[in-house]
Amino acid sequence: MRNFSCLEVNRIKALFLEETTLDYQLLGLGLLSLVFVFVDHTTNWLDGSRSALTIVTTPIVVTADLPNRSARGIEDIFSSREDLRGRITGLESELIFLKVKTEKMAALTSENNRLRGLLGSAAKLQDNVLVAELIGVNPDPEEQEVVIDKGAEDAVFVGQPVLDSRGLVGQVVEVTPFSSRILLISDERHSVPVQVLRNNLRLIAQGTGIGQRLELLHVSSTADIKVGDQLLSSGLGNRFPVGYPVGVVDRVDFKPGKPFAEVLAKPNAQLDRSRHVLLVFTESRILEKANTGFEKSGKRGG
Amino acid sequence: MGDEKTGGLVVIWITIVVGMVLAVVPMPQFAPVELGFLRPDWVAMVLVYWIIALPHRVGILTAWLAGIVVDVLLGSLIGQHALSYVLIAYVATSLYQRLRMFSVWQQASILFALLGVNELVGFWVESIAGLKNWSLWYLLPALSGAFLWPWVFLILRFLRRGVGMT
Repeated sequence: MRNFSCLEVNRIKALFLEETTLDYQLLGLGLLSLVFVFVDHTTNWLDGSRSALTIVTTPIVVTADLPNRSARGIEDIFSSREDLRGRITGLESELIFLKVKTEKMAALTSENNRLRGLLGSAAKLQDNVLVAELIGVNPDPEEQEVVIDKGAEDAVFVGQPVLDSRGLVGQVVEVTPFSSRILLISDERHSVPVQVLRNNLRLIAQGTGIGQRLELLHVSSTADIKVGDQLLSSGLGNRFPVGYPVGVVDRVDFKPGKPFAEVLAKPNAQLDRSRHVLLVFTESRILEKANTGFEKSGKRGG
Repeated sequence: MGDEKTGGLVVIWITIVVGMVLAVVPMPQFAPVELGFLRPDWVAMVLVYWIIALPHRVGILTAWLAGIVVDVLLGSLIGQHALSYVLIAYVATSLYQRLRMFSVWQQASILFALLGVNELVGFWVESIAGLKNWSLWYLLPALSGAFLWPWVFLILRFLRRGVGMT
C-alpha cells in the first residue's frame, strides 16, 4: 500500500462530503425552521419578511396564471366581430339598467337615513368598493384560498370583506405590498354569521372545504328553515357588512334523535369561476385610512 | 472559473423556480378538484436531482432557501417546507453516491420514500396550526412524484449536460 500525496488525499476527500458538516447543517437549519414555524404561527414578527419575499413569489404566481390568461386572450382573438358587437350591446343595455337601479337605490338610501334619523337610529354607512383581479389559486385542494392583485399599496387590510357580483366571496387573510390572499367562505376554516332573508333567523355558515358548500351550524330541529331560503350576511361580529347575499339553502335534513339538523347551502358567489372580485371599504374604514396609516398585519394559522 | 460556477448556479435556480411555477399552476377548469391531490412536489424532485448530480453545489442550504420561498409562495407557515426540504436534502446528500448507482426506477422508489417523508413532515407541521386527520391520500403526491421521477431526471440531465456542468 503506497502513501498518498497531499493532492491525492484532497481529491479523494472531495469525493466524499464531510459527514459531520451535514449533521450540523441539518441540526442548525432544521431547528431554525422549527423556530420559524412556531414564531409564524403564534406571532406576526415574520410578516415583514413574508411581504418582502412576495417580491420573488408574485412573478411566479403571475407566470403560473399565464396559460389561463392566454387561453382567454386567444378566445377573444378568435371571436368574430358579430360576437363582440353582441357582447358590447348586451353590456351596454345591462349598464343602463343597473345605472337606473343605482339612482333609485341612492334615493332609497337617503330616504332610509332620513327615516332612521327620525327614529333616532344611527345612519347606515355607505360602502366603497375596489375591483381586484384573481392572479392565483391555492393549489392545495383542501384549502380554498385565492390571490388577488391588490395589496397594502391599495389600502387593503387583513379582515377586509370581499364580494363578487353575486355575493360574499371571503375575507382577506394576508396582505403584501402588491397582492393579497383571500380565504373563501367555502374553506373549512371560515365561518360567516348569516341571517335567513325570509324570517331573520340568525345562524352561522361554515365552509366545508372541497364540497364547495356551506354548512349551517347548530340548526335546531324546530328551526323554520327550508330549501330555497336565501341567506344574507347578518353583520354580527363586525367582519362582514350587513345584507350581502351569502348562499341559498339546498339541503335540509332533520335527523330524528339528533339535536341539530343538517343544513347545507350553496354559495351565491361563483367561487370557482369569478375572475374579478370587489374589496369592500366601509365608511368608518375610509375615515380611518385618511387619518392614520392602514392596518397591515394580523396573526396566521389557526 | 467564477463565471462557470455562477452560470451553473443560475441554471439550477431557474429549474427550481420552474418547479415553483408548476407547484402553483392552476388545474384546468374542466378537471375535477380532486386531481389536485395528485400534484407532486416538483421543487422537492428538482432539489433531489441536483443534490444527486452536483452534491458539492446543491445541498442542505439550497434546500432550506428553496423551502422558505415555497412557504411564502404557498401561504404555509414559514419554515414548513424549509424543514421538510432540509430533511430530504440531508438524506439525499448522505446517500448520493449510492443513489447514482441505481437505475432510474430504483431511484423512483427512493423518491417515493423521500417525498413521503416530505408529505409527512408537512402534515405534522400543518397539524400544529389546526386539527387534521391523517389519511393515506396524503401520500398521493409522493406516488405521482415517484412515477414522474424518470422524466424529471431525464429532462434535468439533458439540461445539465447541455449547459456543460460536470
